[in-house]
Amino acid sequence: MNKTIVIVGGGPAGLEAAAALGSSPHHVLILEKEHNTGGKLKNWHHLFPNFADASEILKSLEKSLPLNNSEIKYDCDVFKMEQMDGNLLVSLKSGEKIKADAVLLATGFDLFDAYKKEEYGHGIYKNVITSSELEGMFVNNSFPDQLKDGLPKKIAMVHCVGSRDKKAGNMHCSKLCCITGVKQAIELRKYLSKSSVYNFYMDLRMYGQHFEELYQEAQEDYGVNFIRGRVSEIAEISDGKLQVKAEDTLSGRPMKMIFDLVVLLIGMTPATSAASIAQSLALPKSGSGFLAPVHQHISANETCIPGLFLAGTCREPLSLQESITDARAAALKIIEWLKLKDNH
Amino acid sequence: MEQEGKKRIWSEYQKEIADDHYFYVRSCIRQTFFPGSETTFLKILRDDLSRDVFEDARHTTCTGIGYHTDIVPFETIMTIAARHFALMTEAGYVNFVPSCVTSFGIYTEILDTWKHFPEMEAKARDYLWTATRREFKIPDNLSHTSDIIYRFRNELAELSGHRLVNKNDGKPLKVVEHIGCHYAKMFPKCGVGGAEFPAVLSGMVEAWGGEVIDYPERRHCCGFGFRQYLIKANRGYSLSNSKKKFESMQPYQPDFIVANCPGCAMFLDRWQYTIAEMEGITYDKSGKGIPVLTYEELAGLIMGYDPWVMGMQMHQISVEPLLDKIGIVYNKKDKYLGSKGQYIGVPQPPHFLLQ
Ligand SMILES: Cc1cc2nc3c(=O)[nH]c(=O)nc-3n(C[C@H](O)[C@H](O)[C@H](O)COP(=O)(O)OP(=O)(O)OC[C@H]3O[C@@H](n4cnc5c(N)ncnc54)[C@H](O)[C@@H]3O)c2cc1C
Ligand code: SF4
Repeated sequence: MNKTIVIVGGGPAGLEAAAALGSSPHHVLILEKEHNTGGKLKNWHHLFPNFADASEILKSLEKSLPLNNSEIKYDCDVFKMEQMDGNLLVSLKSGEKIKADAVLLATGFDLFDAYKKEEYGHGIYKNVITSSELEGMFVNNSFPDQLKDGLPKKIAMVHCVGSRDKKAGNMHCSKLCCITGVKQAIELRKYLSKSSVYNFYMDLRMYGQHFEELYQEAQEDYGVNFIRGRVSEIAEISDGKLQVKAEDTLSGRPMKMIFDLVVLLIGMTPATSAASIAQSLALPKSGSGFLAPVHQHISANETCIPGLFLAGTCREPLSLQESITDARAAALKIIEWLKLKDNH
Repeated sequence: MEQEGKKRIWSEYQKEIADDHYFYVRSCIRQTFFPGSETTFLKILRDDLSRDVFEDARHTTCTGIGYHTDIVPFETIMTIAARHFALMTEAGYVNFVPSCVTSFGIYTEILDTWKHFPEMEAKARDYLWTATRREFKIPDNLSHTSDIIYRFRNELAELSGHRLVNKNDGKPLKVVEHIGCHYAKMFPKCGVGGAEFPAVLSGMVEAWGGEVIDYPERRHCCGFGFRQYLIKANRGYSLSNSKKKFESMQPYQPDFIVANCPGCAMFLDRWQYTIAEMEGITYDKSGKGIPVLTYEELAGLIMGYDPWVMGMQMHQISVEPLLDKIGIVYNKKDKYLGSKGQYIGVPQPPHFLLQ
């Protein structure tokens, strides 16, 4: 018997899960709260570690959606769920309710609101931007005029903004901002050839394939400077330039430098759009607030609620490749579970 | 600078400031540093704003300086704070208003400690009872005196005869506001506007027609820092912090500095003299230095109070150039007359700072 699988979130994880479920006989319904699919991926320009064009990747994810059994509904903000006779009842903000045999939460992550790090002045100093805003500038070629006047520019990249930071309420490492910082430093050096770029980091977490190589390349081929030290504060000086204070922990000296642009490498935080869903089902969360699977090692996609599964960054910070692999694993678990359900 | 971003921050740090019936506790050092400031505060509150302010002569130092120099242990300072709360309770007041930023920081720290560690509060109650047979209630409201003036800034603007505008060119005066570290850096929620972009003094300056300068070292400590200053060998450290601030604000050519902490106002004023004597440097164009005011003096000036009655002759940096810019009429002859009209003596002129 054909069943209904609801996927909440049409980001990379949701799209890939739907594609993987294409071979199943079930009806797959993606509920996406925005007007279009793609999640954060649609905001990125070129991806680490190989500078692949993000829009091409998104196109291929969208193309692999099976036409026979899947459907996408846009502007559908899921806010609540309840268990009902072995099924899940999915409630949308519009008031509509949908009965599902299985639900995959692929609600993704939120970007850390940089404004919370008040000492960095995001939203107050116009030349303090976030890594996400920098991606937007690359996508739309919308760099501020003062950066394009052909004169040498000094740019700072600040790592761990809103991650590994008790005061900001986030103890976890966002895992991807180090490599994003390296990638964006190279891109800035390419785009503004006379620029010099300084990355301020605590330690560099180059965990993935080709990440370490990219870090080497950034130093050797693009002359990116890496300073081990956390930035303590940023202040604007008269001409809109920015004074950055940090401690160089390798030389053991406090330092003060002037920059034209500061890019804050903001972390990944649990999606607020999943909070009410989790609450309605009393779904446990991990220490950092992401949705917790039933078992970290052996059941990373399953939850304590029968028929409810997790995929992608709703459960922890993941790269695109990891989110996609994770979504496939979740799809497999869903198919297995529906089979079991049929046999009962 | 995006003002909207600042307003967003300010909106999150709107503390409650009591409207009336204050139990006022003085600072132990302000009366020597800026002798008229506390009297000015009382006059403004009582005479201009018709508010009830109560003082108890039995109030003592909070011992904050001793605490921050590791001489006074936490248990002792906590018991002294408890005694001051007891005086407030006995007088029938619930709104506690310290005049010193160090004390304000001490009280916020103690109240926060008691909130998180009730056993510490029990200890303080026990010590106080054993030593004095006194009991106390926790204040309903703890506001620094600068919070109170901030609260009434618009009323004062309406009552005032002067604006912070240069009468020669009609432009707003450029003001450096300096907030004592212990006002909000330890507990941002306890300060108006938080710790990074505090609004307590900038709110006053703007309400009274001035323009606040956001210079790069705005948040930096004045350098007092207790240990830096009190241990003689460390004084160079204290001085270099102030110097860093002066150098950073100099390009903006401020007309004056206003501070809400006794140590800050004192050091930003006196260190200008020291730097001038040591290096022959002043940080304004005229060579007279940048006047440094307390917020009570500033409020008093716009309200038309006599600068010499407010004790402004005690400043190292002469305030006359500022008075002239605002258009305040003062009597030069009265500068060195005491409260009873007696001659109090003229200080020796410095070598570099012009008078
Ligand atoms: C600055 C930055 C740069 C990055 N660059 C790269 C890179 O170069 N290479 C790389 O591999 N990875 C990169 N990543 C990581 C990548 O963005 C993520 O791995 C990927 O977006 C995760 O996909 P996702 O589907 O889990 O989540 P998301 O992309 O967040 O998608 C979640 C989707 O769910 C929808 N949704 C959420 N809640 C609801 C709800 N209640 N109802 C309905 N719909 C909902 C959202 O609207 C969204 O469409 C970067 C991350 C950051 C922060
Ligand atoms: S990935 Fe790097 S920048 Fe991001 S939180 Fe971890 S250590 Fe900090």
